[in-house]
Amino acid sequence: MSGHSSSYDPQNGVMKWLDARLPLPRLVHDSFVSYPVPRNLNYAYTFGGMLSIMLVVQIITGVVLAMHYVASADAAFNSVEHIMRDVNYGWLLRYVHTNGASMFFIAVYVHIFRGLYYGSYKEPREVLWILGVVIFLLMMATAFMGYVLPWGQMSFWGATVITNLFSAIPLVGESIVTWLWGGFSVDQPTLNRFFSLHYLLPFMIAGVVILHVWALHVTGQTNPTGVEVKQKSDTLPFTPYATIKDAFALVVFFVVYAWFVFYLPNFMGHPDNYIPANPLVTPAHIVPEWYFLPFYAILRAVPDKLGGVLLMFGSIAVLFVLPWLDTSKVRSASYRPTYRAFFWVFVVVAIVLGWLGSKPAEGGYVIASRIFTAYYFAHFLILLPLLGIFEKTKPLPGSITESVLGDGGSKGGSAMPSGAAASPETKG
Amino acid sequence: MRFKDNTMTTFLTKTVATATLIVGMAFSGAAIAASELHVEEQDWSFAGPFGKFDQAQLQRGFQIYTENCSACHSLNLLSFRNLMQEGGPGFSEAEVRAIAAEVSVLDGPDSDGEMFDRPGRLADRFPSPWANEEQGRASNNGAYPPDFSLLAKARAATRGFPTFVFDIFTQYQESGPDYIYGLLTGYSADVPADVEMLPGLNYNPHYISGVQIAMAPPLSADQHEYSDGSPQTVDQYARDVAAFMMWAAEPHLVERKAMGFRVLIFLLIFAGLLYLTKRKVFASVKH
Repeated sequence: MSGHSSSYDPQNGVMKWLDARLPLPRLVHDSFVSYPVPRNLNYAYTFGGMLSIMLVVQIITGVVLAMHYVASADAAFNSVEHIMRDVNYGWLLRYVHTNGASMFFIAVYVHIFRGLYYGSYKEPREVLWILGVVIFLLMMATAFMGYVLPWGQMSFWGATVITNLFSAIPLVGESIVTWLWGGFSVDQPTLNRFFSLHYLLPFMIAGVVILHVWALHVTGQTNPTGVEVKQKSDTLPFTPYATIKDAFALVVFFVVYAWFVFYLPNFMGHPDNYIPANPLVTPAHIVPEWYFLPFYAILRAVPDKLGGVLLMFGSIAVLFVLPWLDTSKVRSASYRPTYRAFFWVFVVVAIVLGWLGSKPAEGGYVIASRIFTAYYFAHFLILLPLLGIFEKTKPLPGSITESVLGDGGSKGGSAMPSGAAASPETKG
Repeated sequence: MRFKDNTMTTFLTKTVATATLIVGMAFSGAAIAASELHVEEQDWSFAGPFGKFDQAQLQRGFQIYTENCSACHSLNLLSFRNLMQEGGPGFSEAEVRAIAAEVSVLDGPDSDGEMFDRPGRLADRFPSPWANEEQGRASNNGAYPPDFSLLAKARAATRGFPTFVFDIFTQYQESGPDYIYGLLTGYSADVPADVEMLPGLNYNPHYISGVQIAMAPPLSADQHEYSDGSPQTVDQYARDVAAFMMWAAEPHLVERKAMGFRVLIFLLIFAGLLYLTKRKVFASVKH
């Protein structure tokens, strides 16, 4: 937290010299070693760390893939196959990268839903939350453009459908689409600029991630009780406690990741993307990647094109104002029984929207999409404001220490053997 | 890890369940492309975590391809040298050189500026039966016979809920070869009364886009002579060529699965050690 004073003590002359000139090791020490974290964090809080690792994985594999990839409408598809067949471990790089995108989204969705469950967006963490939504938007843009690069059928037609959304803008829509394409259809200029932007955006994500972590370290983390840290016994030092827990969770996450990369590498992809892009043949059903499906369902729920586009962007825009829509003074769903029930209903609604997004836009699917889209917005715009007023919340514990130890925390120090609290990072 | 609060346990359980479902959405998304076609699952030597291509089967499949399919279908992304690469059909270098030498490749220009024909080499791509797509269409009633290189990964059938969730655990990735086998063995002379056949098309209910396919039944019993005593039936031919196509689409499949097993063992042991370390670290603090 902002108030936490630095405990960094450079041990040798070189580090002392550096500390007096550029205290980078001090920053790292204060942020990831001595930094106090709530002692009651559960595994739902380990996904932020995973996401930063996934960003690194994607950038490293992506940079190497870019060394072999050719951003040309004629050569892109075959250059990807060249990577798959002839580049040493190219198949591994590509499968790690493509499945990495999916794993990235799995982690980010858990991370977002954890924030929704524990009210992580509430005062004083509004900026932290908004930065997170910005990262989410950048991720979506990056993933979308990355999916276009192999120049398969779904790449091409996905790009056509999504860029065409901008034509719904009154008056200037068509001009904007032409500008985005760099021509009058999705073609070479589109692919080239998508490649350029796909390479650029991850570094912008990295920049916003730094702001996100900065904001996090100013306000401190939330925790499952939603009660702010009040005393030293409420926290544990980041290292070794959070470090080891995050590391364990990360490796378990990697087990799932490896399962997909090595055994089901095409499970989350679309078979049509192994067919080279053909502007003359439209696939039977154009579907985006799985992580966009809920938003795709919202888009198609509206009979009007502009309305659909507005609603789709609105479904993310609403997240920006979420901190002010939720009027409850209590953060954590653990103490908000009614909100907790509605939270799980919302999770189911989001999943069903995803399923509807994968179905053709016809008949009952459209009607269902409309109902679930309405509920999606009602959750944020009606339920959350009202719940804060009418919900009867459970009594909050006096402190994190009290919730963990079951007393007032007066003997908070007894929770740890002496010495461990003082400098556990140097222990053993 | 002991949970102090039941809601944490609930949250995590539900999170995992939710994540599984979200992952599952992937396939319902992927599957929809393939209409509501039902494809019967076959046994493949390359299925599952320890799957390997059956070399003899790949060689037979290659035989079917060269003697039959290659008259219309190209194999653009493969070179002759791929035939001797590890995890593939296991031809020897001498055999592959002989196979390559049978084709004539247009090369050049030479120092006189002339193009010339020469026998194929290891590095040459498989020759296409058509000079261009238009020629292929013109010879086939307007339908271009698709390239074989990736076909086994470019076709899949609808799995539906909840099958696609189970697929994650059973590692089902053989939808492509299953489909190809189903198509090759799926021709039927019994056209239902309500289907009006268009001229030049053939009835096949296992076809991915409709029931009328331009390709005439390509296989018949005893059409190809197997030297290893395998049954010379349409069923066996279809199986062999589908396996060959899977290899052509994913030549590093065996290497991938073998590496995956080692990676998973490493990760599981690593996770176990980290878990024990975590318990030790947290042993002295309540959390």
